[in-house]
Amino acid sequence: MPREILNSKDLERAITRIAHEIIERNKGTENLCLVGIQRGGVHLARRLAPQIEAIEGGRIEVGSLDITLYRDDIYSKKNQPVVRKTDITFSITGKKVVLVDDVLFTGRSIRAAMDALIDFGRPANIQLAVLIDRGHRELPIRPDYIGKNMPTHFDDLVEVHLKEENMEDEVILIAKDTEETVNSKQ
Amino acid sequence: MMLKSKDLLGIKDLSAEEIINILDTAAVFKDVLARDIKKVPTLRGKTVVNLFFEPSTRTRTSFELAAKRLSTDVVNFSVPASSIAKGETLKDTALTIQALGADFVVIRHGSAGVPHFLSSVLKASVINAGDGSNEHPTQALLDLFTIRSSKENIEGLTVAIIGDVAHSRVAKSNIYGLTKLGAKVRLIGPPTLMPAAINNLPVDIYNSMEEGIRGADVIMTLRIQLERQNRGFFPSLEEYFKLYGLTGDRLKLAKDDAMVMHPGPINRGIEISTDAADGPRSVILEQVTNGLAVRMAVLYLLSGVKE
Repeated sequence: MPREILNSKDLERAITRIAHEIIERNKGTENLCLVGIQRGGVHLARRLAPQIEAIEGGRIEVGSLDITLYRDDIYSKKNQPVVRKTDITFSITGKKVVLVDDVLFTGRSIRAAMDALIDFGRPANIQLAVLIDRGHRELPIRPDYIGKNMPTHFDDLVEVHLKEENMEDEVILIAKDTEETVNSKQ
Repeated sequence: MMLKSKDLLGIKDLSAEEIINILDTAAVFKDVLARDIKKVPTLRGKTVVNLFFEPSTRTRTSFELAAKRLSTDVVNFSVPASSIAKGETLKDTALTIQALGADFVVIRHGSAGVPHFLSSVLKASVINAGDGSNEHPTQALLDLFTIRSSKENIEGLTVAIIGDVAHSRVAKSNIYGLTKLGAKVRLIGPPTLMPAAINNLPVDIYNSMEEGIRGADVIMTLRIQLERQNRGFFPSLEEYFKLYGLTGDRLKLAKDDAMVMHPGPINRGIEISTDAADGPRSVILEQVTNGLAVRMAVLYLLSGVKE
């Protein structure tokens, strides 16, 4: 059976905590902006921004980044990824950019995101906020802000459901063998 | 949604969904072209071969730049300087290109059907950059993209295509694309320049320019192929311009927000007047820019087709 890792309240609490941590580490919000990775990361970045603004005042710029054109697994995937819109309407040069993603796994998406970001300008630094860190890194990438550390098997699935995608807020883990069992019973 | 075929041979073979998919993807690539760094690493390691058997500046350059923007390696085969001039067959040329490791072959040829032949021989994706008077699919896709950029929805629009439809691969690809997306297409020109199999096409024919462009949303003028002019399709260029040239005055008959398009190169004073070509409704240069985005989208989407 799929196992709930975070319910809607846990998820909101995790976002609130990350908002506080971002402010604390950056000693405020000066020169700070958020860039969410399509798709889940964009929703999370858009939830983080008003929380940071509510705590610290001011306005945080939020952009969305599609990494499809920068992926290194484009030919190994069964289905070609749909290219989505990148929307960064502000200059990131000299800014402290917090990349936001829903699940951190091998780290390859974050590498692609950093390559993509640097094509837009030269940030002062890039930080990484993730809702779930499920381990199994294949690249030397470490998040600065983590909603929840979740040890998993490599083949497990971690799904982040968000109300922006017309689902109830929750994070669930589907163990690989469980999924096969469920499918075989259908 | 993925494209069904490894090749882009014509609009006739594409579904409306596939066309929309290409246009949506092109919109993302247009954003890439607006950035300071107009290049992405997406097709790094892939090779595009441009094989042009007919003169072309804008289409070949557009394909070359689109490929480079996607980080591919590009090889341009200049046919007069290649082994083809020594008598090598097309098939042997194609197989040589394949042995060199091409992933995409972009071909323009004076004979209809050559890209189709190559697609049956090659594992590489074959992209038709114009074959005889058959099709020019990427031109039609960039035209559709340009129309959609201004009008949002192509369904229900009235599009007037003026000129030498019989010999125009651009017109044929546009007729297929526009009608698949729900536009009403009018063909305007002398009967000698209308295609023979006209009854098979879902279009309306007008031999009067004034009647044809009245109330149109989009006016697409075609290049008069001067090389055919001496074959007696119409008496003189002067008479053609008088009867079928797009002028500022005639443009007033179309809708107030009608777009003026031309696939280029323009013959000013023959198919279009300078005031119409350079006027505020002209999107001719925008078409050129959009061609890059559309060709990037085609290369990207074909790269994902697994056969």
